[in-house]
Amino acid sequence: MADTLDLKASTDMLRTVSRSVIDQTDVLTDADLAIGDGDHGIGMRRGFEGALESLDATPPDSIENALKAVGTAILSKTGGAAGAIFGTLFRAGSKPLAGRDRLDGEGFAAFLETGLEAVLKRGGVTEGQKTMIDAIAPAARAARTSSGEGLPATVAAAAAASLEGVEATKNMIATTGKARSLGERSLGHPDPGAISVSLILKAMQDFTAKA
Amino acid sequence: MANPKKILNDPKKVVAEMIDGLVLANDGRVRKLPDHAAIVRTDLPDSKVALLIGGGSGHEPLFHGFVGRNMGDGAACGQVFAAPAPDIIYEAAKAVHRGKGILFLYGNYAGDNMNFDIAAEMLEDDGIDVRTVRVTDDVAAAPPERTHDRRGIAGDIYMIKIVGGAASELDTLDEVERVARKAVANVRSIGVAVAAGSIPETGKLTFELADDEIEIGMGAHGEAGVARQKMKSADAVADELLQKLLSDLPFKAGDEVALLINNLGATTMMEMLIVNRRIRQILEREGIKVHRSDVGTWLTVQEMAGFSVTLMRLDDELKHYLDMPAESLGYSRM
Repeated sequence: MADTLDLKASTDMLRTVSRSVIDQTDVLTDADLAIGDGDHGIGMRRGFEGALESLDATPPDSIENALKAVGTAILSKTGGAAGAIFGTLFRAGSKPLAGRDRLDGEGFAAFLETGLEAVLKRGGVTEGQKTMIDAIAPAARAARTSSGEGLPATVAAAAAASLEGVEATKNMIATTGKARSLGERSLGHPDPGAISVSLILKAMQDFTAKA
Repeated sequence: MANPKKILNDPKKVVAEMIDGLVLANDGRVRKLPDHAAIVRTDLPDSKVALLIGGGSGHEPLFHGFVGRNMGDGAACGQVFAAPAPDIIYEAAKAVHRGKGILFLYGNYAGDNMNFDIAAEMLEDDGIDVRTVRVTDDVAAAPPERTHDRRGIAGDIYMIKIVGGAASELDTLDEVERVARKAVANVRSIGVAVAAGSIPETGKLTFELADDEIEIGMGAHGEAGVARQKMKSADAVADELLQKLLSDLPFKAGDEVALLINNLGATTMMEMLIVNRRIRQILEREGIKVHRSDVGTWLTVQEMAGFSVTLMRLDDELKHYLDMPAESLGYSRM
């Protein structure tokens, strides 16, 4: 278990994340059918298929650009609210990695924090509205707390916090997005975007634990 | 319930193949951008305020069927029921821009808002003036004091018709935006769902509704409405829809309106005409004059069954733009 990842390993991690989300398309589809229109899974699949293509076609020359390439692919291939949100997460989140040739716990926490800040601004939502924010915000806080313990521990803490966030969305009433009009009918169901966050972080956790 | 039957090739390619067919059906009036899911008019005048429309696909003929003379100048097409990505919107906007700025006109959904906003920021960086007007006609989506939370549904059709006319005649983006804001302030719609539609790529229905149930106010993607009820008569449904619609603006005796009844996909013209009969009885009783009416299929949700009713209160200016001739695959008027 390495405490940091270099450019090649960081790029491999993003490939692994992409394949993991693509493999779990049906999980996201079913979650979205419960409180949305069921297109979240295929949207995320389009985005991460685009990310894989992009990473293979133009191998990134920096960790910042690797994250940005994933964000750009999601932004242009996923479409919908998910494309704008997850694309913004990776594109904006890449910025604090500028000039760094290794991804460490501190850099990973900064990735989540900066990405979160941009997503909050773009979406005009706050925590507690039953969105992916409810997974990414606790993940960013947990990552910051653990950021001095090496990358694997930082990512593991973020992944665990995001899962708790997914659970918490079950008890929230959607007040934004297409699920908003469901009102109390959205209770009991987790938010599909929050699940996507947890899948991404889980794949990162598994990768960094073995790297 | 069995999944719907659809005659398709590769479900992942529905939007690309649909656009190819759409361009051909336009007989040369529109073209597709080479690398993006966007279409633009081929006969765009050299100097005009540009009107760019767009949204998720799967609602045909909306939006991309409304590109043509005195209608949209271009349309950005998303995947089925998903907003188009910023680069599609950006490239479509660049293709329709004729030096006088661009009005973005689309339905008010979180995904559309974010993606169009990102594209608008990219265009502003290029020095292009962009204004945005979001259609917020669905009265079932939020109370009157929160119109910014209301979805855009079949009000889109009259909005595109009016703003398309205004963008052809008026010389400045300011003026076109003014007309668009006046129109959106005066349009209201409400729908009723009878059965769900499906997304081609998942093959699954987007919501569940029992065989003997309808839902008043359900959104175009199955978003929950205001009341789930047992089936009832056409007159009773029309009465309930009109009661909610008329009290919202409110529409009053002496108003002149345009009336549009839109098929969500699988409802028969016969049912809609029976509903139209009742709606006209109600409007006559209330002293509301119908300047023009449209009954047809413009904003669909695949094989969803149901319809929506749209009323727009008109003044002389809105009447003028609504009555202009228009030419597009989805809506033409001589």
